Amino acid sequence: MFRLEVRTSTPTWFNLALPLVAIAATLVLCSGLIALAGAGVLESYGVMFTASLGDSYAITETLVRAAPMIFTGLAVAVAFRAKFWNIGAEGQLLAGAVASCFVGAIPMPGPLAMLLMAVAGAAAGAVVALVPATLRVKFKVDDVVSSLLLNSVIYYALMALIEGPWKDSFSGYPISPPIEDSANFPVLIEGTRLHLGVIVALIAAPLIWFLIARTTLGFRIRVTGENPEAARYGGIHVERVLLSTALLSGALAGLAGVGEVGGVHFQVMSDISPGYGYSGIVVAMLARLNPLGVVPAAIFLAAVMTGAEAMSRATGVPAFLSDVIQGTALLAMLVALLFTAYRIRRVGAAS
Amino acid sequence: MSVVFEQIFQVGFLAAIIRIATPLAFATLGEMFSERAGVLNLGIEGIMLLCAMTGFTATSLSGSLWLGVLVAVLTGMLMGALHALFTVALGLSQHVCGIGVTLFSSGLAYFLYRLIFGQQSVPPSIKGFQTLPIPVLSDIPVLGPAVFNQFALVYMAILAIPLAAFVLYRTPWGLSVRMVGENPRAADSAGVSVIATRFQAVILGGALMGLAGAFLSMAQFNAFTFGVVSGRGWVAIALVVFGRWDPWRSAGAALLFAFVDALQLRMQASGLGHIPYEAFLMLPFIFTIVAMAVMSRNAVAPSALLKPFRREER
Repeated sequence: MFRLEVRTSTPTWFNLALPLVAIAATLVLCSGLIALAGAGVLESYGVMFTASLGDSYAITETLVRAAPMIFTGLAVAVAFRAKFWNIGAEGQLLAGAVASCFVGAIPMPGPLAMLLMAVAGAAAGAVVALVPATLRVKFKVDDVVSSLLLNSVIYYALMALIEGPWKDSFSGYPISPPIEDSANFPVLIEGTRLHLGVIVALIAAPLIWFLIARTTLGFRIRVTGENPEAARYGGIHVERVLLSTALLSGALAGLAGVGEVGGVHFQVMSDISPGYGYSGIVVAMLARLNPLGVVPAAIFLAAVMTGAEAMSRATGVPAFLSDVIQGTALLAMLVALLFTAYRIRRVGAAS
Repeated sequence: MSVVFEQIFQVGFLAAIIRIATPLAFATLGEMFSERAGVLNLGIEGIMLLCAMTGFTATSLSGSLWLGVLVAVLTGMLMGALHALFTVALGLSQHVCGIGVTLFSSGLAYFLYRLIFGQQSVPPSIKGFQTLPIPVLSDIPVLGPAVFNQFALVYMAILAIPLAAFVLYRTPWGLSVRMVGENPRAADSAGVSVIATRFQAVILGGALMGLAGAFLSMAQFNAFTFGVVSGRGWVAIALVVFGRWDPWRSAGAALLFAFVDALQLRMQASGLGHIPYEAFLMLPFIFTIVAMAVMSRNAVAPSALLKPFRREER
């Protein structure tokens, strides 16, 4: 027999190794599906690796994909720290994309346009996130369910816009008009798609880490999440902290949408996000809700996404493997996390 | 003549409500059993999708509809067991595991579907369930053709409601489920295995989610498409809250939601003014959120919901 035993302390190396163990377990588990598809496992993973991290262009492509997931990962990490169960990063991202596209289409000097796009996108995401938080604080509505349902509402609102007032009257395609050329985020390396928003995302992670680890608000967020009773006893206005967390989380998710509009697509379409909001949950968990860990976790998932398409072209294994890898990675990480709090002890049959 | 038209309109509307309510009723009852035992199953959206896929595929390959239903139910049970393994046996966060199960199962559904059927411009379809009129009863005016001229799975859903209520309230197993959901410590003292009961409830829930998925791909759409579930699983979770964790009320909630949805479809079809059709598509989701806000004030969730149980921790 085996039984779980509470750990008194967890070694540091163990904490750092956990995500790697989870990722390794994921790749081993998913290799079964590659074999099922009749392709070579090592060959397929090899193609995925070279296509996503093999040369400088591939690396920039992966970083471009990682940027929105850094933002949604931060959004989820911040929210989960306060035990505000924000599953609505997808909708908040879409709201941010719509708002920034709206602003970006107004002619004005480039830098001002980019700044206002970021402000508008962050505000839109924050407003959307405020809904489940308010419903929870005022009406005790489960935030998981309301934030999930809101994703569908925002998606249909976006569809109504691009099939209605925004519809391209010339081509008839359901896409928004493009933003002004001057509002396009500058490309950092000629010949790649690496845009300013990627750098902003990379800077945002340490900033959010600082906010969570070193500021009063961060302290309130952590205490509220760890022990709301103690927080209340310590004079923390728990409801207000939840609302602030929602604003921050939603704003971060909104910025993910801003980056996609300003740096990648320059307009809004129905598939502007291939589920970056949900990937944010995987990213945040792989990072163990640590904002600094969000960056490597997002880069890993981005590499999987970029690599899966190349693998699919080369070996015929369906690119949906990247979705399976995401789900498996999340579950594997959860199991791995179990071992930070518990250790497996062999219990003798006789005892 | 207009009277006849009006009647057809009414019958069609009523039949549409029941058809929309069927997968929701299965899914809602499934989620309710799980939650009654203390386990939130956010995997429902992905489980329904995977079951819709496996059921469709089994039928497409074998030609047997009931084999497809069986495969879908078994898939649902398997995924329920997976969720229970993480949340019940290992005691991990139910929220995050549920999302993990949804991501995993939907990824797997698309992956396997593409692997089996390849990329086709027109998605393959099957000859799905046909309506099965019940003699005598289907001759009742209005109600007959709407309720008693339906797919076999619809009748199963209608029967599942009283059966679920009976199992939950009138059987020893139902009592165990309610006990492990309300007070696992007490249930454990009374000799009820908390772990086993929760496993069983989540697996039963998965079976019902399987029926919901099977209905979508094998009776309603007769094909597996990417939007085949499109949020119905999430709605079912809300309907459980709305139905206050009771089989009758939950089924009633599913019926009410289906009414709003059918109304939405009608309004959409009538091309009401210049209102975009997406506004109608949003309607059921907004309705559910508002309804939850209204109902949540006096909704009492099973008190051990979301709380893992470990015997040695006191």
